Amino acid sequence: MTRMLRIVFLLGISLSAMAATDIYQFETPEQEQRFRVLLDELRCPKCQNQSLADSDAGIAQDMRARVEIMIKEGKSNDEIVDYFVARYGNFVSYRPPVTPTTSILWLAPLLLLGSGAVIIVLLLRRASARVDDSDEGGEESDMNQRGDR
Amino acid sequence: MKANSPWVFLPLVGFVLLAVLLASGLGRDPQELPSALVGKPVPSFSLPSLMTDETLTQDSLKGRWQLLNVWATWCPTCYIEHPFLLELAARGVAIAGLNYKDESDPARQYLAEHGNPFTHVIVDADGQLGLDLGVYGAPETFLINPDGEIVLRHAGDLNARVWKEKFVPLLEQNQPGGEA
Repeated sequence: MTRMLRIVFLLGISLSAMAATDIYQFETPEQEQRFRVLLDELRCPKCQNQSLADSDAGIAQDMRARVEIMIKEGKSNDEIVDYFVARYGNFVSYRPPVTPTTSILWLAPLLLLGSGAVIIVLLLRRASARVDDSDEGGEESDMNQRGDR
Repeated sequence: MKANSPWVFLPLVGFVLLAVLLASGLGRDPQELPSALVGKPVPSFSLPSLMTDETLTQDSLKGRWQLLNVWATWCPTCYIEHPFLLELAARGVAIAGLNYKDESDPARQYLAEHGNPFTHVIVDADGQLGLDLGVYGAPETFLINPDGEIVLRHAGDLNARVWKEKFVPLLEQNQPGGEA
């Protein structure tokens, strides 16, 4: 019985996953693959924070249809993304190009990671320095040091 | 590190900077997207006119300063915006309409009922011109110069405050003395 339920449940999942793309017919699986990738990379300008694949807004439907047409016309992924960026700005792309305005998006993670690493190194150094101290001065000085802090 | 080391203030400074950054973001309208089309000509199109039999093209939007207002009968905010459009038209502002993804019969009825502020109305039934204009909803209003170039795009309803803050400065800057 549980097994049966599980199968029904899994069927339900796979059906809903298909629902978003089922009305788009492509000649090759490669085209369909590109379609899915583009729909994930393009952002709906209306219901912000949803991709074209997620969104049910009217404009997202229009944009999906335009992506479908452009793929069938043989346009490359870059051409399609550029087409939408020319109309809706970099906002429409979940993978914005590196420009002075967007540089913080790309650099902030590196800076945060870097400063985190620096902090960890400093903390570790201090900890090992303290261990050295206690080795030399014995338990008493270790306690003094703690009292200091 | 001693307790009075200046480093102990680092987290506080970081927090304050972050708080200022986030607070400045709170006041911004996330619907306000930068338009990629400002400074560019209106995309070419050839579409029917709602009120006449002529075919309208991008050349229909040249020759004078005018607004291009994207509207539809399915758009609740357009009803709210409509009286202000009528007021602007009465003051002599040229407004072209773009009937966006709408049905023409109800659209004509709407204009007959509520008044028609538009010099002409472009029928964009499947939203393709809207897509070329970067429209993602209605209402939206574009300011177009006599060369047919987009000077400003405003998403959302046009009202007295928006008109005064966003449109009037541009119009005065470009044609001193007149509000259009």
